Amino acid sequence: MGAKKKETPGTFEDALHRLEEIVQRLEQGDVPLEQAMQLYEEGIGLSRLCAGKLKNAELALKRLSKDAEGNFSLTDEKE
Amino acid sequence: MQNTRQPLTVSDLTRKIKQILESGFPSIAVQGEISNFKHHSSGHLYFTLKDEGAQLPCVMWRSRASVLPFVPEDGMKVIAGGRITVYEVRGSYQLDVQSIRPLGAGELQAAFEQLKQKLGSEGLFDRDRKRALPEIPRRIGVVTSPTGAVLQDMKNVFRRRFPGIELILNPVRVQGSGAAAEIAAALDDFSRFGEVDLVIVARGGGSLEDLWAFNEEIVARAIARCRVPVVSAVGHETDFTIADFVADLRAPTPSAAAEMAVPDRRELLENVADSWYRIKQAVVDIVSNQKERIHNLLNSYAFNRPVDILRQHSQHVDEVLRALHRVAGHAFALTSTRQRSLDQRLMALDPRLALKRGYAIVRKDGSIVNSARQLHGRDAIDVEFQDGTVRSTID
Repeated sequence: MGAKKKETPGTFEDALHRLEEIVQRLEQGDVPLEQAMQLYEEGIGLSRLCAGKLKNAELALKRLSKDAEGNFSLTDEKE
Repeated sequence: MQNTRQPLTVSDLTRKIKQILESGFPSIAVQGEISNFKHHSSGHLYFTLKDEGAQLPCVMWRSRASVLPFVPEDGMKVIAGGRITVYEVRGSYQLDVQSIRPLGAGELQAAFEQLKQKLGSEGLFDRDRKRALPEIPRRIGVVTSPTGAVLQDMKNVFRRRFPGIELILNPVRVQGSGAAAEIAAALDDFSRFGEVDLVIVARGGGSLEDLWAFNEEIVARAIARCRVPVVSAVGHETDFTIADFVADLRAPTPSAAAEMAVPDRRELLENVADSWYRIKQAVVDIVSNQKERIHNLLNSYAFNRPVDILRQHSQHVDEVLRALHRVAGHAFALTSTRQRSLDQRLMALDPRLALKRGYAIVRKDGSIVNSARQLHGRDAIDVEFQDGTVRSTID
């Protein structure tokens, strides 16, 4: 078996799309067993990641600030 | 006695008056009714602002008059912004007008229609200019008042519907003189900052005058040139502003803008759970097919040999299933009955039981052999049983 593949999807949206892709690929049925296993692991990992993000997400509130030179920064906004 | 003093020349006096007046009124807003309006062929506008008790001569130079969002008319009530200047030659003072804002419902409506006409004919409202919102935004910019219900309402919607975002506030005044310039500048800030996926421009309900900043040309232009999609959410459902026409998406209210900007996390969670189920199901199917192929293979010529080489694929299947159980262990707290029956089916396929019954796995160079055609004379193979591995050679 190859080295364990660690997918770090760029965005949540990417992760969801990858998950869809994996479902489609596996449902085509002609996947070799070893690849199916890898896809399975990746897919379950992604589902867990996505579900976790959806369940645990917390809204972050920031304020856009600009200094004298016109450089931007984000500061935490008080509730 | 005054008349014993050295008399001033008219010019000296006028200069002094000029100094006093011009430094005393460098930036004012005056409210009144337009009369004697003249659009000179030079492009400059001349008119008088008046009320019941007084009159004020006004001039608006061509460079400013050309960007006026509406055509002033006699009888219109307006607020003129500018400074007092003294015209020495005639000994008169006047308002050097830099901006004119209509006042009163009729005037506002007329100005609204005029600007709508103008920007519409430039193509600013065209459907093909509208940009799609991102499917799942990460950062949302908000241009609105830092105090008040609007921001709070939007936060509530985001918390309920999709809290996994950063909400970035660029606070502005949303009404009164200067509000339009602040709103436009805040939009430009987000454009330059660049790291937001969309911007919501929002204000709660109010009168046509309260909402006026969103009918000003500088706001419309700032929306049009914004580098990320803009959602306008001004007033109530029945209020339409110029900002709404230019924006990529008009939301009927600020809360609705928040709804439209993010997906519903419950729906997404259902999709993810569904994917998880389908992945498990698909792998079960693949594994079952593989088992069937093994059985077919068992009946083929290559395996009329002692039991040790038989049924080697089971190890492969076993590996898959071990991975399934390991990975799936705590993945979800889903306990639907279909999930449980799936788990039972996976268990039923467990090839460890098969190994115990005499199945084994064949590897060549570490890879699993799943076809007799992969093996040739004198190939070295490893055969794995339930209790260990034996190395052997093909005849």
